[in-house]
Amino acid sequence: MSVALEIKIGSMEMKNPVTVASGTFGYGPEYADLVDLNRLGAITVKGIGPEEHVGNATPRTFETRGGMLNAIGLPGPGAKGFIEKYVPFLAPYDVPVIVNIWGKGMEDYGKVVEMLDAEDTVSAYEINLSCPNVKEGGSAFGTDTDSFSRVIELVRGKTQKPIIPKLAPNVSDIGAFAKAAEDGGADAISIMNSYPAMAINIETLEPELANRTGGLSGPAIKPIAIKLVWDVAKATKLPIIGMGGIYEPEDAIEFMVAGASAVAVGTANFTDPSTAIRVIDGIESYLVEKGHSSVANIVGTVKA
Amino acid sequence: MKQEKATVVEHHNFQGDYRILRLAAPAVGPLVKPGQFLELRVPRLDDRILRRPFSIYKADAEGASILYKTVGRGTEAMVSLQVGDEVDIIGPLGNGFPELTKGKVPVLVAGGYGNAALYLKAKESPVKGIAFFGGRTAQDILCIEEFQVLGWDVRPATDDGSLGTKGLVTASFDPWMAEQENVQSLELFVCGPNPMLKAMGDRAIEHGFTAWLSMDKNMACGVGACLTCVIKRKTTDGWEWARCCKDGPVFESREILWEE
Repeated sequence: MSVALEIKIGSMEMKNPVTVASGTFGYGPEYADLVDLNRLGAITVKGIGPEEHVGNATPRTFETRGGMLNAIGLPGPGAKGFIEKYVPFLAPYDVPVIVNIWGKGMEDYGKVVEMLDAEDTVSAYEINLSCPNVKEGGSAFGTDTDSFSRVIELVRGKTQKPIIPKLAPNVSDIGAFAKAAEDGGADAISIMNSYPAMAINIETLEPELANRTGGLSGPAIKPIAIKLVWDVAKATKLPIIGMGGIYEPEDAIEFMVAGASAVAVGTANFTDPSTAIRVIDGIESYLVEKGHSSVANIVGTVKA
Repeated sequence: MKQEKATVVEHHNFQGDYRILRLAAPAVGPLVKPGQFLELRVPRLDDRILRRPFSIYKADAEGASILYKTVGRGTEAMVSLQVGDEVDIIGPLGNGFPELTKGKVPVLVAGGYGNAALYLKAKESPVKGIAFFGGRTAQDILCIEEFQVLGWDVRPATDDGSLGTKGLVTASFDPWMAEQENVQSLELFVCGPNPMLKAMGDRAIEHGFTAWLSMDKNMACGVGACLTCVIKRKTTDGWEWARCCKDGPVFESREILWEE
């Protein structure tokens, strides 16, 4: 029997529910030798701001038990650089491209969408409202519902393409942000960004990251992400893209049962670039084994 | 670049704390160029998630070998690898060393087991020359005979004087350099700790010769995605971040903006 793996996020059609998390997969070419990009449900590229950005000093990452800290600081080529450098590479692939966008100020979010929107290769925008490592923007918008709503409405006014705010995990009522996203016209919600965290070297007494603090990702955060997906699924009807420590197909299925319509493989790309493909195949096997005809059947089926 | 389940075919103590790990890797092996590296997923390192990068020491159609020292959690876990064990590798990675410029005199300079990254260069080089190896003690100077067999004149230097010149590698390199009539014709291929790389890079700039430096910087993904291993590379109007894994690990001395 065949299983329908296809899903839709707004107008974006994905051939399966598995994408990669922004910042863990470069802009596509970095993993093209190792991963059949056409098999992915979507490629989510590293955060793009309106202008080129240099990012943080080093050390930028630090391995911890069951995960890693990162404070990369959103270096990147900017919207113009992305169009020149990476769109020609991505265009021939038969895979939707989700561009993660960020800004230092609110207007930046509108500006970057204006610059990218004419590109057919850009299928959707994931709005980074939760980067823990950039002072001016990111999480400042992601932890206050008023400015959060204003960014969503601003971006909504600039594009017909699906917009997907990425939520910060460190808020007291994540359901309120989900509701604000829905009211603002978002098409889906990404949960979660890395969790604000820190590690200190006890010999030098210095933080392990040049930025002092960073975001924790990897298997260590998965139960946090599962809970947040479950919370948000109860607060909104919008589809959820769940992420946080997915290493095995079982992890992805757990996210879907908690309420996610799609998932993103993040830090696991660094550990094993074949993870996303393995997750796609594993979800399909699970659905066959359980007698489901469509992946949608398992979304939000948690008995809680 | 390939991802491959390699098999351990040889693994033993080489000298002191140094170990050699040879892997059957028919997909990765034939692609290797001198100065490239691979990322190894260390088995039985359950709660640590990142791969570990290693310079490729030797490679052929059948596979590749690395020379390592137990310096931390990853390499300590590697000690238990047995012949027949499977190891997931990605490689070859990075650009490696460029070919020797025609008419130039090749010089190899290494600190400690940095010379593992120079073996394939030594083998490939159409002209053989002098290899300056530095280490803390005689135990830290590896593979001298291997380089000699290829036709290289190996000049060791040790901090304690237990082998060759007493002092840093510069203690043997500098007097030799001073004797050269045409210093500008030298082309250095260098691998070792950062202070040594900088010392050789500074000499290259001051005396007008070329020095290819294999940069060592903490690394995560190894393929250019995570932007962990960045160093400052000079540009016409300042500097930019360059990824050691993808844009390097080898850079010419004049490209690097050293950070204090």
